[in-house]
Amino acid sequence: MSFSVTEPAKSTKWIAGILVVGYAIITLIPLLWIIATGFKSPTDSIAYPPVVVFEPTLEGYVNLFTDRTRATEQMLEEAGPPETWYEEIVRARGTVISGPSRYGERFLNSVIIGFGSTALCMILGTMAAYAFSRFKVPLKDDLLFFILSTRMMPPIAVAIPIFLMFRNLGLNDTHLGMILLYTAVNLSLSVWLLKGFIDEIPIEYEEAALIDGYTRFQAFYKVVLPQAATGIASTAIFCLIFAWNEYAFAVLLTSGTAQTAPPFIPTIIGTSGKDWPAVAAGATIFLVPVMVFTILLRKHLLRGITFGAVRK
Amino acid sequence: MSFSPIDRAAAKTPNGVARRIRGLSDRTIAWIFVAPTIFLLLAVNIFPLIWTIRLSFTNFRVNRPNNDVEWVGLQNYQRILTDPDIWQTMQATAHFLIWTIILQVLIGFTLAFLINKKFKGNDMWTTIIVFPMMLSPAVVGNFWTFLYQPQIGLFNYVVAFFTGVDPASFSMIGDVNLAPWAIIIADTWMWTPFVMLICLAGLRSIPDSIYEAAECDRASKWRQFWTITIPMALPFLMLAILFRGIENFKMFDLVVQLTGGGPGNTTTLTSIDLKREAFEKWRTGYSSAYAVILFVTVFGLASIYVKALNKVKER
Repeated sequence: MSFSVTEPAKSTKWIAGILVVGYAIITLIPLLWIIATGFKSPTDSIAYPPVVVFEPTLEGYVNLFTDRTRATEQMLEEAGPPETWYEEIVRARGTVISGPSRYGERFLNSVIIGFGSTALCMILGTMAAYAFSRFKVPLKDDLLFFILSTRMMPPIAVAIPIFLMFRNLGLNDTHLGMILLYTAVNLSLSVWLLKGFIDEIPIEYEEAALIDGYTRFQAFYKVVLPQAATGIASTAIFCLIFAWNEYAFAVLLTSGTAQTAPPFIPTIIGTSGKDWPAVAAGATIFLVPVMVFTILLRKHLLRGITFGAVRK
Repeated sequence: MSFSPIDRAAAKTPNGVARRIRGLSDRTIAWIFVAPTIFLLLAVNIFPLIWTIRLSFTNFRVNRPNNDVEWVGLQNYQRILTDPDIWQTMQATAHFLIWTIILQVLIGFTLAFLINKKFKGNDMWTTIIVFPMMLSPAVVGNFWTFLYQPQIGLFNYVVAFFTGVDPASFSMIGDVNLAPWAIIIADTWMWTPFVMLICLAGLRSIPDSIYEAAECDRASKWRQFWTITIPMALPFLMLAILFRGIENFKMFDLVVQLTGGGPGNTTTLTSIDLKREAFEKWRTGYSSAYAVILFVTVFGLASIYVKALNKVKER
């Protein structure tokens, strides 16, 4: 191995490694605690001192997906023995399942609105980014800054007129309304990121295609789009995560049909007080996909969070 | 691949000819491509903003649509700027902003500095550290209330374990003195990785050759840190502060789930206060003026800051 003055000493590396790993473990504890709490029984979840080793149960998950009512012994006898494993868990608490909870619907809403807005955002964003990257658009810098500045507004500040506007258009508490809103919110990110990715594709490829007789449109979708595929994919994941996590608009503009999971999860309560294992189970199902996406995104993370201002 | 000069010239055919050859001119295509985006942003961002400004001069209330809407001039603005409660809210926001930025910059930069020592597996650990930042603040904030529970909460247990105080004796979100710190801790936990990532990019952008030259001149490591590392990473650090500043000025989801603005008004940040005025008290005109003031503040502070940032970059 050649000697380099800038290569840190072995001992330095060890100390740095230990400190960083230490921080990573501390920072992971709240997340691991959420996942663990989801598998605890209600008693274990509020035990003092907090229990680390416990008997895992799916009670939290069952409670998350069902509504339950208290049942008298007579009712339980009439109902006969429990038929499924989840009924067995519910019966052990002296309750019966009265129906599915709303978590499933709320989660599905998150999926519909998240993917719907991401798809729309990518279609519009790719087109605008391509135009900004390749053509002389009048007032280009002003338009780009305008697109970015829409992100500076506190969501609550624009929520008042959006609320009024949506009410007039009948878009309040609808999937379409939320998809349009999230698309608009994410467009600034997608245009800025995608412009960066498209800027990196050499213009010569398109010139060659145009000379070969392609039209601009053909050059766009046969040459540029495949080249920008990785960039488009990572931008899409970013848009999806932002729409997935959004709370302020969701809590103000949706209540019933189109409510997403973030405003719903904190409202989960059990038959007696807050049902923390069910809340944790709901959070786990909601958060773990994002962690997986984060791992997929790791190479483009920096770019995504800084609107392409910092590239590696 | 290589092209002859003739091919290049052909690619740059004037628009008029190109239109006949390829159908639409570049300019038309550019507009077709940009228009939908601009239209949607105008409809969902700019139109509401203009509406907000208009409403801010009226006494309109959403919950009383039949009342006469009167033009009240600057009265809303005057009432807001002279309201002591608003100044308390601004102070709470400033406290939150300043401390989260200080803590996140210190911890974030230190982490980036350590990760830049290139120990084995640093990529993997960086990704793990980034997790909290990518998650839903509302869902995570809600769960932090569980960690902060007196007696049974994990946070209280850990503090009790290390300091010996009774874990039931303090409530992070129920105590007027502790609640502002409860939101700072949760926000720092969540957003330190953001500062870390940007700092890491800054540190990695410094070429090795500068350190090699400094080493030849026998500059101590300490001196190298202050005269090379810090100045060269400073623009990145300032960019991180800008992003965090804007984001935390808008802060709503995490804090509203954690403390709901309480106890009293101790953690009522401006966004939370605005939400109460607009969607609980339904004082639409008044809260529109409030929103305009906030927007002007963010925009003003951000522009001043960006000017300073550009000066640092030029040096």
